[in-house]
Order: sequence, then C-alpha cells, then structure tokens
Amino acid sequence: MRNLTSLLFAAGLAFFLLVIAARFDLGAAPMLVGDAILQEAPAETGAANIVTSVVLGYRGIDTLGEIAILFTASLAAGLVLGRRRPEASRDADSGAVLQISAQLLFPLLLVVGFYIILHGHLTPGGGFQGGVILAAAFFVPLLARPGTSVNHTGLSLVEGLAGAGFILIGLLALFQGKAFLQPLLDKGTLGMLVSAGTLPLLYLAVGLKVGAELAGLLANLADSEVDP
Amino acid sequence: MSDPELHWLLYGGAIGLIVIGAAGIVMGKHLFRIILALAIAEAGANLMLVVAGLRPDAVAPIITGGMIPEQMVDPVPQAMVLTAIVIGVGIQALVLSLAIRVYKAYGTLDMREIRLKMAADIDAEAGVDDEVSQEGPAGERPLELPDAVTSGGPGQ
Repeated sequence: MRNLTSLLFAAGLAFFLLVIAARFDLGAAPMLVGDAILQEAPAETGAANIVTSVVLGYRGIDTLGEIAILFTASLAAGLVLGRRRPEASRDADSGAVLQISAQLLFPLLLVVGFYIILHGHLTPGGGFQGGVILAAAFFVPLLARPGTSVNHTGLSLVEGLAGAGFILIGLLALFQGKAFLQPLLDKGTLGMLVSAGTLPLLYLAVGLKVGAELAGLLANLADSEVDP
Repeated sequence: MSDPELHWLLYGGAIGLIVIGAAGIVMGKHLFRIILALAIAEAGANLMLVVAGLRPDAVAPIITGGMIPEQMVDPVPQAMVLTAIVIGVGIQALVLSLAIRVYKAYGTLDMREIRLKMAADIDAEAGVDDEVSQEGPAGERPLELPDAVTSGGPGQ
C-alpha cells in the first residue's frame, strides 16, 4: 500500500514537471532580466565573467545569505556531531603511497584553488568552486592520516575574518553613499587580472570562508566516532 | 539532432532524475540510500534550471575576444544554480551528520529497525509496557460492570 502511494506520488510529480516543461519556451532568447544584464554588466561591473557580476554585483546580498546558510549548516553539523572523546579509537594510517601522494597533492590543490578564486571574474570558477578545492587540499592529507589533529581554532579564525571582510567591503560602499555591497574601486580594463573593482576581493573572501568552513566540516565528519 | 529533440532529451533527463530522487526518498528503506536519493533529486533540479537557460547556438556568458552578448546564454539561471549547489552541499553535510548520530544511537541505518527501536524507546520513556498492544483489548470483555469502572480503574 505504501509503495503504491509512493509510486502514485512519483508519477504525479513527473506529470506535473512535464506540464511545466511543456509550457517553457524552449531555447528562447534570454528573458528581460538576463538580456538587460548581458547588455549592461560588462560596462557596469567590469567583470568579463557575467555570472560573477550577477552573483557578486547584482545579487551580492543573496550571496551573503548563501554564505550565512553554509555557515549555519556547518555550525549545526558540528553541534550535532559533538566533540570527540580522546580515548575513542581511530582508523589506522593508510600506506606510504597514499600518504606521499597526499603530501604531493597538497601544494598543487592549493595553487589551483587560489588560481580559480582569483580568476573568478575572468574565467569559469570563483570563490565557491575554488574554496571547495582549498578545502580538499586540507582534507586529502587528513584522509591519508586520520590521526592528524586539525587546527580548528585557525580555521575558525580564517573563516571569521573572511566573513567579516565580505561584510566590511559591503559597509564601505554604504559609507560612500552607495548601496550595500555595490562594487567600488576602479573597474580597470575588461579581461585583466586586476579589474572589476572589489569583485575579486569579495570572491577572495568568499573562497577563504568556504574553504575554511568546508575543511572544518569535513574534518568534523571524518573525526566523528562511529562505534555505537 | 534537432534542437527540440535535444531540449526534450535534457528536460526528460532532469525530470527523470528529480522523480527517481523523490521516489527514492519516499520509498527508501535505508537512511543512507535516502540521502543519496536526495542528492540525485538535487542534481535533477539543478540540471532543469540550467537547461531552462540553454540555447544550443549560444556560448557561456563570459566575454572573451569577439563574443557579443547576443550570442550568450541567460546568466541568471546559472547564478541561481551556483547558489543552489552550495546550499545543497550544506544540506547534505547536515543530513549526513544527523545520520551519523542515528547510527551512533541505534547501531543501524535500516529505517524499519530504527522505527521499531524508536517506538520502544518512546514506550520506555512513557512507562508503557511494550508487551501490551495499544490497539487491542486489554483483556477479556467483562460480562457485567466491575466496581473498578465506576471508581476510575485502569479501563478508563
């Protein structure tokens, strides 16, 4: 009976989504908002990547909310998992191949992560994507050696400073009589590394915050005691 | 492949992922599979949003040499999906940590076993003997009213 109702629910959901999809104008030109942004964004923000102009320039407050959601989720996960007992058993270290590979990967991932963050206004990528790679850089060695202690204080410090920096840049715009999080500084030449005003700085703050947060979250998940 | 066919293929894939994920969430018997189904449904929703802004002849909304805005796809759905992916990661991490807690408390992730153990826990907290069925009659139906009913006995 329960399976039957579940199947009915799934079929109804599929029908509902198909009806929505059938009413879409498939492959149409961008809608009014998208079209206006495509036309205006390069001149208004100076960022070659228009998705970055949308995420940080036009919807900056949304991005602040998004960071807050990620922060709340990692806070709640840490709260739910709790602190580890010192005498709880740990997984054994992995073999030499994995440990040395993890050490080799660490600087590589760090460079790639910062590259993606700093080029977020020029190429596909940005603070969130690069931040995840930074988190992976710190998490891979931890997977190879589960006994390594994680510097949670340092991670919290980076995370807090990066979040404060993001809000501070927004407030600076407010003090100059502009809207909160409105891009400041010189827009520079389109397509150069130093361009688009404060957008790269905002993405750097986002990247550091996301990286520190995810690294702490993954360390918490990997560190939790699973013996019932 | 013509454009409408490509669109319907992509839409069909996205809708299929959403439906598979939703069915997995409601029909799942194992907590970890339910979490995986949630991830699949999320991927389907993200794909549907991206496909909503797709034009086969257009390029990514990034200005490089010679690309004019008329040839680019709508950037708004892509920014939305960026937000949705990040929030999805947060949700998955939270759900996984809750699942770890459940496993620590009950030693299993099987939903039926968890339900039985939770019901037993609740009964124990409430002081109900779990041998006694709560729906069935507590004993033989008395032929005549005993004194206990009028004085507020266990039948009340």
